[in-house]
Amino acid sequence: MSLALRIIPKLDIKGSNLVKGIHLEGLRVLGKPQSFAKYYYENGADELIYQDVVASLYGRNSLQDIISKTAKEIFIPLNVGGGIRTIQDISTILLAGADKVSINTSAINNPELISSAANVFGSSTIVVSIEVIKQTNGKYTAFTDNGRTVTGKEVIAWAKQVEKLGAGEISLTSVDHEGSGKGFDLTLAKSVTDAVSIPVVVHGGAGKMEHVLSLAKEVPASGIAIASLFHYNYIKHHRNTDGYEEEGNIDFLKSNKILSNIQSVSIDELKSYLLQHNIFCRKHETLI
Amino acid sequence: MKRSYKIAVIDYKISNMFSIRNAMSLLGFNCEVTSDRSKILSADGAILPGVGSFPYAMKNIKKLGFDETIKDFINTGKPFIGICLGFQLLFDNSTEVEHTNGLEIIHGQVKNLSKNKKITRVPHVGWNSIKKNKKLNQGRIFHPLKNHKDGEYFYFIHSFYVSPKDQNNVYTTSKYGDFEFCSSILKDNIFACQFHPEKSGKKGMEILNAMFKQK
Repeated sequence: MSLALRIIPKLDIKGSNLVKGIHLEGLRVLGKPQSFAKYYYENGADELIYQDVVASLYGRNSLQDIISKTAKEIFIPLNVGGGIRTIQDISTILLAGADKVSINTSAINNPELISSAANVFGSSTIVVSIEVIKQTNGKYTAFTDNGRTVTGKEVIAWAKQVEKLGAGEISLTSVDHEGSGKGFDLTLAKSVTDAVSIPVVVHGGAGKMEHVLSLAKEVPASGIAIASLFHYNYIKHHRNTDGYEEEGNIDFLKSNKILSNIQSVSIDELKSYLLQHNIFCRKHETLI
Repeated sequence: MKRSYKIAVIDYKISNMFSIRNAMSLLGFNCEVTSDRSKILSADGAILPGVGSFPYAMKNIKKLGFDETIKDFINTGKPFIGICLGFQLLFDNSTEVEHTNGLEIIHGQVKNLSKNKKITRVPHVGWNSIKKNKKLNQGRIFHPLKNHKDGEYFYFIHSFYVSPKDQNNVYTTSKYGDFEFCSSILKDNIFACQFHPEKSGKKGMEILNAMFKQK
């Protein structure tokens, strides 16, 4: 018996909708985040990530309402990111019902925010999100604003600095692999998890269960964040295009098409598969 | 459905108190987040939650006069739960940031996980299982884990752990890597745990319900 590998659905949010893109771009509307969250909770999610994907671009924070609704019916940890700039922003997100916050853009622009936030809220509350694009010369570079703005920061050095500043966890996204279904960037994941001694949650690229298994076998990740695999599974079971805000592209939702390189799977199926292959994870019980 | 049974969540102005209130409300308790001494003392049960740093929390507790309030509440014999930092604060002292005295209700120290050679990654974050202290099953008024089995999972997130002086109060232990630590204690009307029952799905909710439903 020991610590279980966390399986974490990642919900990208734009306005009041759950969206999904490829390489963090071309966002499609998938539905209402609270409904997906509830399904994932009941299906055995170990934690949830809410990422407001446009907040840091337009300087708004529209998540509070979704967070407080979610926190009333879901009793697993909720990690929220997007547009967090100040200690006051963190406080607002936590008071709405989040358990942890993820910071990317503001952490890079103002690294002291990490240490002051860790002092006020405790290290374990502060997650630094690192979005990575592999350069043509093979170097991994950190990006901000959902993979739009280059920072010039080399990823391993930044990860080490983040740890030193007092972050409690790193959430690592490969922008190149994100939404592609071609599997995780194992080299990137391994080099970051080896470089730091805080937990690392790896995200970006899962297209089938085998991808998750090879990550779990080869990389000492503390958690694996998954979007498309789970979202498409939800949609298969709950197709309903009514009632969405007229914001964003809903053609995808109406078309009933699932991307061919994503094999949808439920959290429960994935965990059973991982357990069969001796990867230690928590099997859920029927929830109230 | 609101039960008349009143639970006070002790608000010492440090962190998110709403997760625990949401959980208690879903269970049907009449739950209030409060900093009012008389409301705390008149409640049928009290919870000391908390995420954050030990010295900062103790400073706030003293400033608000809660060190006395918490002890007075515990002396009434009514059920009391400490969660995470609220568990650690019950002990004698902690080395977090600087040596700080705690509430000294349970003897023992709060220590840094990262000082332990058996542990490679700190904080300890995620779902870990418990092992119950078999000797502790008899003759207790409160027994919130009575229906829980060894190997059941709860959500942990912490960089410090408690090292109690009296092993008889150790209710459960958990293992992180090869390191076994006390994950909860049970002493008279006090149940306190390192993990978060309010973030541990159904099994966690059952603990809260079991501790407070008995009278």
